[in-house]
Amino acid sequence: MKKQNLKAWLYLLPAIAFLGVFMVYPLIDVVIYSLEEGYNSASQTLTGVGLYNFRYVLRDPFFIQALKNTFILVAITVPLSTGLALLISLALNSIKKLRDLFQTIYFLPYVTNTLAVGLVFMILFDKTEYTDGLVNAFIRIFGGPTVDFIDGPYWAKMLVLCLYTVWIVLPFKILILTSALASVKQDYYKAAKVDGTPKFRVFTRITLPMISPMIFYLVITGFIGAFKAYSDSVALFGVNLNAAGMNTIVGYVYDMLYGNSGGYPSYASAAALILFAIVLSITCINLLVSKKTAVQGG
Amino acid sequence: MNVILKNLTKTFPGRTSKDKPVTAVNNFDFEIPDGKLIALLGPSGCGKSTMLNIICGLEDPTSGKIFFGETDVTDLPPESRGVGMVFQNYALYPHMTVRQNIMFPLQNFRGKDKLTKAQMEERVLEAAKLVRIDNLMHRKPAEMSGGQQQRVAIARALVKLPGLLLLDEPLSNLDARLRLETREEIRRIQKKTGITTIFVTHDQEEAMSISDMIVVMKDGIFQQMGKPQEVYDDPVNLFVAKFLGTPAINVFEAEVRGGKLFIGDDDAADVPDVKDGPVYAAIRPEGFIPAKDGRLSCDFISVEVMGRDITVLSSNAACENPVIRSIVDADNKIEPQEGKVRFNVKRHKLFLFDKETGERIRFKVEND
Repeated sequence: MKKQNLKAWLYLLPAIAFLGVFMVYPLIDVVIYSLEEGYNSASQTLTGVGLYNFRYVLRDPFFIQALKNTFILVAITVPLSTGLALLISLALNSIKKLRDLFQTIYFLPYVTNTLAVGLVFMILFDKTEYTDGLVNAFIRIFGGPTVDFIDGPYWAKMLVLCLYTVWIVLPFKILILTSALASVKQDYYKAAKVDGTPKFRVFTRITLPMISPMIFYLVITGFIGAFKAYSDSVALFGVNLNAAGMNTIVGYVYDMLYGNSGGYPSYASAAALILFAIVLSITCINLLVSKKTAVQGG
Repeated sequence: MNVILKNLTKTFPGRTSKDKPVTAVNNFDFEIPDGKLIALLGPSGCGKSTMLNIICGLEDPTSGKIFFGETDVTDLPPESRGVGMVFQNYALYPHMTVRQNIMFPLQNFRGKDKLTKAQMEERVLEAAKLVRIDNLMHRKPAEMSGGQQQRVAIARALVKLPGLLLLDEPLSNLDARLRLETREEIRRIQKKTGITTIFVTHDQEEAMSISDMIVVMKDGIFQQMGKPQEVYDDPVNLFVAKFLGTPAINVFEAEVRGGKLFIGDDDAADVPDVKDGPVYAAIRPEGFIPAKDGRLSCDFISVEVMGRDITVLSSNAACENPVIRSIVDADNKIEPQEGKVRFNVKRHKLFLFDKETGERIRFKVEND
């Protein structure tokens, strides 16, 4: 028995070593950093141990702004993208002709580089000395006032960021949902048809429950992904996000480490842990909700 | 409610433009009498399920008409036809309980047909009691056996009181013991409700055992319809003769010469008024009488004792089947001589078929 245990540990060693070095140790280190007050990485000195870093971060207006941005982004893009993806998947599922073509088109953003997509959005929204951007051109046709989406009012920038995020995450969700819809057995629909079930009732009573595990999966990963947003913001508004007022929590962590005002691993760690706590609790709530309403797929 | 099918044809386009279109149902024409249990019988891929789907409205016929009683339902959608359908894999909604599954069709009623909650509950309980699952109302389909799921599916089909019940391969997903039990159950439910029922099967034993009438089809073409025993005793062609009966009928290549049937060199039976020429002679396993001076001689292989009767296994060069199975009464003593066993043939168990078309060639059977 003991010998076998030894063997088992031996087999596990490579994985444990890797996880230990690259996951567990940094995690512990982050916690330690976040508790070290006045830590200086150059001189390796600190003034004390406590919760000051958390207090600082939570009072930092830039962090509050980043927190607000992130929550708005999450609250808007997760339901919007999941709902849109569901609508598009249903439409894709019900057409026969050109389905493959549309599937390919919808999947394109997934294989496109984030920054390249950012460039496209620049062309659509950016207002320069030479052009107002495509969207503004349209607004002008309808007689509205032009808006600077990239460098203008907060709501305009947030709108662009949300659109951008939705557009980026949509392909994956469509992919998952179309395959989930395709895996619902046709017999259920036939049975419902023989019983004269109205289309909407078929959707709410049969389709939706059948694909609900996949929807929950998308919502949970969607929440996590949106909380970790950073590159989308950079692609649209450049690296100086605090100045643009469009920073996110991850962006704040990055700035605290490497940005112009950086060099504060303690503040960065505290912010990262706050993000961790938020994501963990939201995911727990999601799992609880999904467990209550989940069904066995068939 | 009787069902009338008139020149029903269904063609599916070929997979590619080069392929020929596939005719699943070809010019079907028959009437299903009211209140009977009908088996639609044929080998896999012969268009039985397509037929069922057309009757219930899930598929449109390419041409032809369907009448339920006096009404032409050809262009009606399934929900307006008032049919209950039980699918091969039951298609029970896995996220709903038995009660919710059975209630589902009732909740679709709109307008004047709309039922109150109490009426629904009553109907659901009634249907569940009929199929004897009223003690499982709160189970989910995954928590039940195949046989129980089958019953739920039948209850769900019956709860809206349809004029016609359709069952697609109702027993194919069950194990042997349950199959026997369930087919009697289907018979019982059909008798009790008196609802016209059509079920599809490829298992001839299943079809013969419980149905009032069987309809045999092959490659989308109607072959024969009748009471099971009638079809068995009087097949119209070689296909029907071969398809019905276990053990299978024994088919010989034979020739008629001067009113006598020759199998190999043996003058096996008298077949008066049959034109000379090559034929297929098919003899049911129970059509052999062992006799020392029998007219048909076969190479003896062995004897299987079943108690009540025995099966004699033998072979004959002219026989299509590798082994001739003949079931004879256990009182008979089988004494092969020089490796040969001899039989006389009961002529009402002997059928002749045209060598080319496989159509039945009839001859007079007097007293046997």
